[in-house]
Amino acid sequence: MSDFLMLSLVPMLIASIIASTCALLGNFLVLRRQSLIGDAISHVALPGIVASFLITGTLAATAMMVGAGVAALITVAMIALIKHLGRVESSAAMGVAFTAIFALGVLMLEWHGASGVHLDVEHALYGSLESLIWFEGHDWGALLDRQALADLPPQLPRVAWVGLLVAGFVTVAWRPLVVGSFDPEFAASVRAHPTLVDLLLVAMVAITAIAAFEAVGSIIVIAMFICPAAAARLMTNRLSAQLIWSQVFALLSAILGYVLSGYGPGWLGFEASLSAAGMIASVAGLILLLACLFGPQRRHHDASGEPSLMPER
Amino acid sequence: MDVWISALLFSAGYNTSLVTLGAMALGASAGMIGSFILLRKRSLVSDAISHATLPGLALAFILTATLTGDGRWLPGLMIGAALSATFGLWCVQAISSRTRLGEDAAIGAVLSTLFGLGVVLITAIQTMNIGGQAGLTDYLVGSTAGMLAAEAQLIALCALLLLLACFMFRREFLLVCFDAEYAYTTGIRTRRIDMLMLLLLLAVTVIGLKVTGLILIVALTIIPPVTGRFWTNRPLHMVAIASVCGALAGYLGVTLSSIRSGLPTGPLIVLSAFMLFALSLLLSPRRGIVAKLAAHQRFKTQVHLRQGLLSLARHEAIYDGLTLRILKRHGYIRRDHVPTPSGLAAARDAEHEEQLWSLYRTLYPDEAAYAGYVGLEPIGQCLPPDTIMALEMRRYPPQGGAS
Amino acid sequence: MKPPAIHDPAILESPLAIQGLTVSYGQNPVVYSVDFVTPPGSLTAIVGPNGAGKSTLLKAALGIVRRLSGEVLVYGKPYAQQSQRIAYVPQRNSVDWDFPATVLDVVTMGLFRQLRWWQFTRRKHRDTALACLARVGMESFADRQIGQLSGGQQQRVFLARALAQQADLTILDEPFAGVDAATEKAIVEVLKSLRQQGKTLLCVHHDLTTVRDYFDHVLLVNVRRVAAGPVDEAFTESALQQAYGGRLGALQLERIVSVNSTPGA
Repeated sequence: MSDFLMLSLVPMLIASIIASTCALLGNFLVLRRQSLIGDAISHVALPGIVASFLITGTLAATAMMVGAGVAALITVAMIALIKHLGRVESSAAMGVAFTAIFALGVLMLEWHGASGVHLDVEHALYGSLESLIWFEGHDWGALLDRQALADLPPQLPRVAWVGLLVAGFVTVAWRPLVVGSFDPEFAASVRAHPTLVDLLLVAMVAITAIAAFEAVGSIIVIAMFICPAAAARLMTNRLSAQLIWSQVFALLSAILGYVLSGYGPGWLGFEASLSAAGMIASVAGLILLLACLFGPQRRHHDASGEPSLMPER
Repeated sequence: MDVWISALLFSAGYNTSLVTLGAMALGASAGMIGSFILLRKRSLVSDAISHATLPGLALAFILTATLTGDGRWLPGLMIGAALSATFGLWCVQAISSRTRLGEDAAIGAVLSTLFGLGVVLITAIQTMNIGGQAGLTDYLVGSTAGMLAAEAQLIALCALLLLLACFMFRREFLLVCFDAEYAYTTGIRTRRIDMLMLLLLLAVTVIGLKVTGLILIVALTIIPPVTGRFWTNRPLHMVAIASVCGALAGYLGVTLSSIRSGLPTGPLIVLSAFMLFALSLLLSPRRGIVAKLAAHQRFKTQVHLRQGLLSLARHEAIYDGLTLRILKRHGYIRRDHVPTPSGLAAARDAEHEEQLWSLYRTLYPDEAAYAGYVGLEPIGQCLPPDTIMALEMRRYPPQGGAS
Repeated sequence: MKPPAIHDPAILESPLAIQGLTVSYGQNPVVYSVDFVTPPGSLTAIVGPNGAGKSTLLKAALGIVRRLSGEVLVYGKPYAQQSQRIAYVPQRNSVDWDFPATVLDVVTMGLFRQLRWWQFTRRKHRDTALACLARVGMESFADRQIGQLSGGQQQRVFLARALAQQADLTILDEPFAGVDAATEKAIVEVLKSLRQQGKTLLCVHHDLTTVRDYFDHVLLVNVRRVAAGPVDEAFTESALQQAYGGRLGALQLERIVSVNSTPGA
């Protein structure tokens, strides 16, 4: 049992918090057909971190976060610039911006060899959830022991704050978010500031992606922004119910994924542990697959189900 | 520098030259097929395809490793990658056409999930203790450093074949991209052509894995086409420009990576492509930012100038700050907003021109509606002299009585 | 510099006064130097051919689209200070009707300005929304998912949302586009009853044959203003000819202009 406290409790908590935070924002991204903005932003966290390392020479958390934040800002600005001034379709603009910045990050990393520094592409992509060990977590009493608690990995309080921030944002901005997602022109006419709300939403996505990136890598973030919310969309036609479903799916994927990666191989008789981040993403995808097959509201209302000769769109 | 120049001149050895040629062919075919995908507004589908190759790569690696002891057999890995990418592509299609979810959500879900599955498989390989597993991470960001001649030949050959296939089907692709329903009525099997387009995209992705890596190959199918769009309005020209840009990016990227050992090719190719894009975005005479901003500014000044002059002529007060500034700059009003003599003359001219235009619109509504003149252009440049003469006669009849 | 105060009483009292409004995409003006003073208490149609900038004119007036030049005053003040007095009904096809919301949810959006973020929608808000739905004959659909509605029903829901805003000026963008005859009649009834309460309505309209029946004022535009005023004075053959160019046949024109029905009273 002490094993669980020391090795599994913290990663599981972090994964759950990140999953539910991402899923919360993901609901709005999916409804606005902007799912891929999370993909773009989590890809550029790496270049930001590399740049901040090259400038400051440290891997301190604040420097890394600032670097990633600046990179996200530059990416969003670049996407807007390419889209509006270059009249390029938005998904293509996104593709141009994030791949170029990601390429720059990889180049900087390889150019400086980055040897000895614990910073590499694989780490950035799938993180190291398993390495977040709570050394003082010997027994349940540690949960009440202030000294032991102070030894918790700093990522835990960080993602918890971000989770609270995002929850606060969604609560306060609930109506403008909903109105702006449904009908931006109407939102502008009642001065619900749809552009500002858009920007804040993207900012929240960036903050979440960056905080999560450091702890768990980018793949989990992309999966959690999209899969739980998309699966929830197929379960219900009410927004509030959709939010609850997405939270359930997110927590389920986080916990089930972590357990499967840690103990799954053991059950099959192998001496190994698999990537927790990858497993969580896979479970989320599996849930979405089930929702696609059996979700009560999986079909589009306008589509009467008749097969069409024409491809979609 | 010398190394770079010798690489640029294809004199840095057989292998480097072969890789350079391969990357150029890859860039050209990616640019070509990417243009059609861009016209179809489905650019990021290739992101889903490329990420979806990872589980196939890992499975193929495990399979060949258990059979031969070393998993790094390029054709086998490519087949595995192609199979799982096909599965990913099918998932994207199925989710976006059979459920209410949009294509963006389908792409995001497929790319993250399958990539996650691939990561799980890679960690499984790492614990299996088999040979050559370090080679597998090369596929994330690409590496041509240790590429065998046979591998480079395979890549170059496949890329050339793809180029040929795109070229053969260019007309069908274009019709489907422009108007799928019309294409269907001309007897083109729209769905098949669409599928073929996506399969070619998939093939480019799989071939490019070793060169640019799976995260960056998407850039090669997006950036050159977008660049091409800045220089022409004709679709086939755009396709041609895109493939030239792609080839150029491949050429620059691979040769640059020879400057220093250990430089990854993928990022350099992508950044070269991006440089070409950035230059086009800024400087293209048609759609470039500089040209457009200048034109917009010119037009805005024209509008404000005309509105200001008309207000002067009609003795109306002017409230708009910009209008006042422009009038001042032309010397049409003084600092205290009193019109100068030249301002009054210009105002008279503007009023005169405005009246001729509005008379033209009332007399010849049909022509005015079709020609779509705004009325900012000097009337003498738009209408033949005899028409203007007739308008003047109507406006100011010979026996006097002008307004 | 601060513009001097405007003293023209017609502009100060007008629900929406537009002066010199120009909007352009690139170098093509969509709306060019349009002046229009909406008479208070009127039911005005904005009429013009396709692509004449009717919707853009309204969106620019509301600040949804950026304008190149021009002044917009709402009851004599800038729009930002007066937005609560305006309700806007966008085109029906501008939104995603697959959004997870019920009819009641959409109508409640009309109460946006009354509700602060910490307030829940309570019984009285619900009752207001239901009353608005009842005015458009949709109260029995309150709990339907919006994607299950027909085009005409969707338009009624949008109108109910505007009613919930209790605005003095309601701006509608093509409310009759693609709706069934019964809905068209119901909407006209609601618009006329609003006018009777002294409200002002401004409506982009595309069906020339019904202008005389439904509206009392008209603004004819084709990028620029062609004519404006009471329907009897402004809705003339020559004005239509100028706005539509050769797109209307002579026979058609005659029928539209001399429709022998009572001008909308």
